[in-house]
Amino acid sequence: MSIYDKIFKPHVYTLPNGKSVEKKASRGPVYAIIILAMCYLSVQITGFDMAVLAQRMGEFFVILGDMFRAPKFEFMENVWGPIFDTIKMSLLGSLIGSLLSVPFAMLASTNICPNKIVVSIVRLFFSIVRTIPTIVTALVATLIVGFGTLAGTISIAIFSFAYIGKLTYEEIETVDMGAFEAMEAMGSSRPMAFISAVVPQVLPFFLSNCLFNFEGNVRYAAVLGYVGAGGIGIILNERIGWRDYPSVGMILIALFVTVFIIESISRYFRKKLV
Amino acid sequence: MNKRIEEAYEKRPRNWVYNTCIAVITLALILWSCSAVEATGAADGSGVIASNIIKGLLTPDLDFLFDFSTSGVPYLMLETICIAFLGTIVGAIISIPLAFVSAANLVPKPIAFIGRMLLMAIRTIPAFVYGLMFIRVTGPGAFAGLLTMGVCSIGMITKMYTEAIEDLDVSVIESLDAAGCNTWQKIFYGILPQLMPNFASTAIYRFDINLRDATILGLVGAGGFGAPLIFAMNAYRWNEAGAILVGLIVLILIIEYISTRIRTKLTRG
Repeated sequence: MSIYDKIFKPHVYTLPNGKSVEKKASRGPVYAIIILAMCYLSVQITGFDMAVLAQRMGEFFVILGDMFRAPKFEFMENVWGPIFDTIKMSLLGSLIGSLLSVPFAMLASTNICPNKIVVSIVRLFFSIVRTIPTIVTALVATLIVGFGTLAGTISIAIFSFAYIGKLTYEEIETVDMGAFEAMEAMGSSRPMAFISAVVPQVLPFFLSNCLFNFEGNVRYAAVLGYVGAGGIGIILNERIGWRDYPSVGMILIALFVTVFIIESISRYFRKKLV
Repeated sequence: MNKRIEEAYEKRPRNWVYNTCIAVITLALILWSCSAVEATGAADGSGVIASNIIKGLLTPDLDFLFDFSTSGVPYLMLETICIAFLGTIVGAIISIPLAFVSAANLVPKPIAFIGRMLLMAIRTIPAFVYGLMFIRVTGPGAFAGLLTMGVCSIGMITKMYTEAIEDLDVSVIESLDAAGCNTWQKIFYGILPQLMPNFASTAIYRFDINLRDATILGLVGAGGFGAPLIFAMNAYRWNEAGAILVGLIVLILIIEYISTRIRTKLTRG
């Protein structure tokens, strides 16, 4: 941006001792113009309208009110099964995904795998898997293995694989390699050195990430049911279809409590780990 | 010397009871979760379906992919970018007051706790439920989509903003105070320069996530590439779905590259 400095001259301050300091002109206006231009374009394309929002915002609270004014507590007996299914699905999916990602994460870190081509291929693979929306993998999985929790488990495993894999290889790369080299110098094999020098440094972060991922997956699994991949989403979708909003409210409350409990437990362990 | 090392090694903390308990509980949970794996099985041979899907995804519909009218992939992507962009801005703006209310070093503990519970409640409601509520407000389309994105972003953005506020270096404000600055000057020269890079970085990160999550909006018809993608998949038009997915992957990889570069620049100053 040196051209920018030529057009907008930097402000020169003269200090008491005769030296002068330059303060470059602020880049703020450029960023502001870019953001405003993008806002204008987005408003044009999406049809954002403040007037509509101000006028009809009340409608938003109609359904919300129906849900939580008098949630149907009797409906709770139908919620237990699906909510445990959701938890099981997320747990198993997160576990499979995280375990599967470990060897790939090792291949994707430059300090463990010296081959640059392998590293970049595995990284590209991680990136591409991460961009595929979970809904799409869930839908494909339901078409292949049929409706049910297995499809949900598969799509959660695929998502966890990419997410944990990326975090893990970044973690392995920042590891202190001194211990690893020392062990190799003392004559232990590379796998042995990896297990006793790198694993102890990475493990707490890896477990913490896994817990965090599991926590997020429980919440995300609620959406998966929408395409038939099992869990709480199926009854949620069904009740919304029937406009039975008090039951929807009950499902959401149950989900909230579940997520709260899981988050509290996982936060406790994550604090202990790191 | 060696003896002292050995003594220290002997005295290392060994809480094996605790560790065994955790291991047993984890194992039990995993076994318990295995009981959930059930599937009805596909209607006709799953191998045929799988090979059809892969064939379709590998040979995307090129006419659709490079159709620059309002029904082609490029326009869908542009619409999605716009939804994610405005949604992120809406979410970021709503998050600022919420973040100040739930920052534990600014407000009393009970209020901060209520703020956090509220955030968690907002985050628990799935995106498509918000989508339905907003469609009631604005009618189906991109407008409802961007409002949904905005509300869904609140949870994460506020959490990260709150952390930034809690990490605020107070000594700067004290020294500005000592130099005789008024409240506005303190906010402008003491607080904003500390928070801005962090806030901007969070917003850019969330923009990235919103772009990926935009598919969910399609479930309720709230604009973007989600609805065409899901229709194509439900109708087994895998070439079309492949075209959208290729467009999406390329778009996300580009945006991720740009946003990572901006964010490293922001954090390094």
